[in-house]
Amino acid sequence: MLYYMKLTRELEDRIERKLYRQGKILGGVYVGRGQEAITVGACMDLDGNDAICVSHRDMAAFLMRGVTPRQILAQYMGRKTGLTRGKDGNMHMGSLDHNLIAFISMLGDSIPIAAGVGLSYRLRGMKQVTVCFFGDGASSRGDWHEGLNMASVLKCPVVYVCNNNQYAYSTPLEQQMAVENVADRASAYGMPGDIVDGNDVVAVWQAVNRAVERARGGGGPSMVECKSFRMTGHSAHDDARYVPKELFEYWEKRDPITRLETSMRDLGDLTENKLAEMNGRVVAEVDEAVELADNDPYPDPEDCLTGVYFEG
Amino acid sequence: MGLTTYVEAIREGIREEMSTDERVFVLGEDVAVYGGAFKVTAGMLEEFGENRVIDTPISESGIVATAIGAAMMGMRPVAEMQFADFISCAFDQITNFAAKCRYRWGAGVPIVVRGPSGGGIHGGPFHSQNPEMYFVHTPGLKVVCPATAYDAKGLIKAAIRDPDPVIFFEHKFLYRRVKEELPGADYVVPLGEAEVRRAGSDISVITYGAMVFRALDAAKELEREGIDLEVIDLRSLLPWDRHTVLESVKKTNKVILLHEATRTGGFAGELAAVIAEEAFEHLDGPIRRITAPDTPVPYSPPMEEFFLPQVSDVVRVARELNDY
Ligand SMILES: Cc1ncc(C[n+]2csc(CCOP(=O)(O)OP(=O)(O)O)c2C)c(N)n1
Repeated sequence: MLYYMKLTRELEDRIERKLYRQGKILGGVYVGRGQEAITVGACMDLDGNDAICVSHRDMAAFLMRGVTPRQILAQYMGRKTGLTRGKDGNMHMGSLDHNLIAFISMLGDSIPIAAGVGLSYRLRGMKQVTVCFFGDGASSRGDWHEGLNMASVLKCPVVYVCNNNQYAYSTPLEQQMAVENVADRASAYGMPGDIVDGNDVVAVWQAVNRAVERARGGGGPSMVECKSFRMTGHSAHDDARYVPKELFEYWEKRDPITRLETSMRDLGDLTENKLAEMNGRVVAEVDEAVELADNDPYPDPEDCLTGVYFEG
Repeated sequence: MGLTTYVEAIREGIREEMSTDERVFVLGEDVAVYGGAFKVTAGMLEEFGENRVIDTPISESGIVATAIGAAMMGMRPVAEMQFADFISCAFDQITNFAAKCRYRWGAGVPIVVRGPSGGGIHGGPFHSQNPEMYFVHTPGLKVVCPATAYDAKGLIKAAIRDPDPVIFFEHKFLYRRVKEELPGADYVVPLGEAEVRRAGSDISVITYGAMVFRALDAAKELEREGIDLEVIDLRSLLPWDRHTVLESVKKTNKVILLHEATRTGGFAGELAAVIAEEAFEHLDGPIRRITAPDTPVPYSPPMEEFFLPQVSDVVRVARELNDY
């Protein structure tokens, strides 16, 4: 878990703080700094056949499914070797080979999609589940509500995981919803709604595992709300001056990676040597991936015209 | 007076209407504290307060529907879509509720739904679209696509004053790239009127939005070859200015239809049909279309450049048509 959290952080730092600023990545860049425990904890025990519907701060899901840092960087740099072959940018990517359902910008759209993915498992008697990530902000969309209701009524094996990082762009939670927790809404759709510390990877892992077991056992969908904080602006161009400084300071002390390191050290599971070795490995992997991806080719202009429909 | 950018012009237009008409208010995602993703509404919260500049949840359908409800009760809401792409999430409320109220039961819905559309900023398939044609196909709506700062201001003011629902597509590529000196006095640009951007005698290029500048650049280049383009900026697509278009075609006898939206079902098709119906005998060559191809808007720079109509495309087609 620590490794994937660190790899995610290193890769996203490189994307946001280096490649974007160097102009090697164009357009928008959204990272999940400080929220790595949510995706890593939720995906840790999934089977490779379980689908994951990613949202825009779930880089770890790609890494854990075996998409390489090079492929990811090539995607961000608009290269032919990226997951969408340059058709789309940044985390707007997916791969059915990896059971990763691509994020679509229209927030909340993937909630009913996940219901359909889950329905397909149930109708065919398969034991798979799907985990669907979304942000607090997405929970204001109508599709979000339709999707939860649909999943519940049709008893779809889905675990809805909320990354509640407390802001939707510049808009704080209390201006998005009049209830205290996103999970409070779960009961309205007849599903359990668990709330966990999203910066505690073990807590996320345990809560999602419970929900996954329930779904696999035919118990239908659940929601797990992970309380965390967006340690960045909304995207790389946003300095987040609307966020009170104290909030950043408060959450900085609860950094999920530092916390996991500390508790592993306390348990005697992590030596300084091991940590240094892991840190070095993560940096080296990302270094190599940047080098490779930066030398990958751009698509040809005419590639624009391909792939709108099935081409055999 | 200094130069006003396109984005400032829209802001000025909304501010002026808010100052003179207390029924006008703004709502949308991140429009108040943040001043809008593209800063169109920057400073308005400070100036007008939180009852007139309202941050909403991420609920496009809810935003538009709330605006409709308030409009029917006599207010003049201006709803922002953070990107025009997200207007799809409000499609039903716009095309079924707002558009049909007057026709069905005589209820006016004076809303403006506005937002940044268009490509050229490497936004990829969900932050670059030109969704105007979904709405042009809907009787009861008005659809506006300004190209200049002057028009952006005059049209947003006209849109706010209009008694019917107006969908106002700004072009994000133009926000900070075009600027001009604007008159100090109050003015509006009437909906449904085109503007001749450049008078010419050989070929009419009929276009709108960011493509107006591609056409003007092409005209400059072709001037040297003795090909004289006339450039018509439609400004409004619904209703649109048949008179100006047909007069131009009757004068030049050759026509290029240029737009950034994709080809099939694009506005060029409608223009071509009307020109063929009403000015057929004036044509000395085929009606030519220059549009984006029928694909989503790709992200990667070489593909996006290929996707968007370029000056060189206009130059090439104009030469072909000139030789026809
Ligand atoms: C339907 C829709 N409207 C607006 C946007 C623009 N937008 C992108 S991310 C975002 C904020 C998302 O907040 P949240 O769901 O809480 O996720 P976070 O970014 O905080 O992780 C907004 C408004 C969008 N992507 N989709």
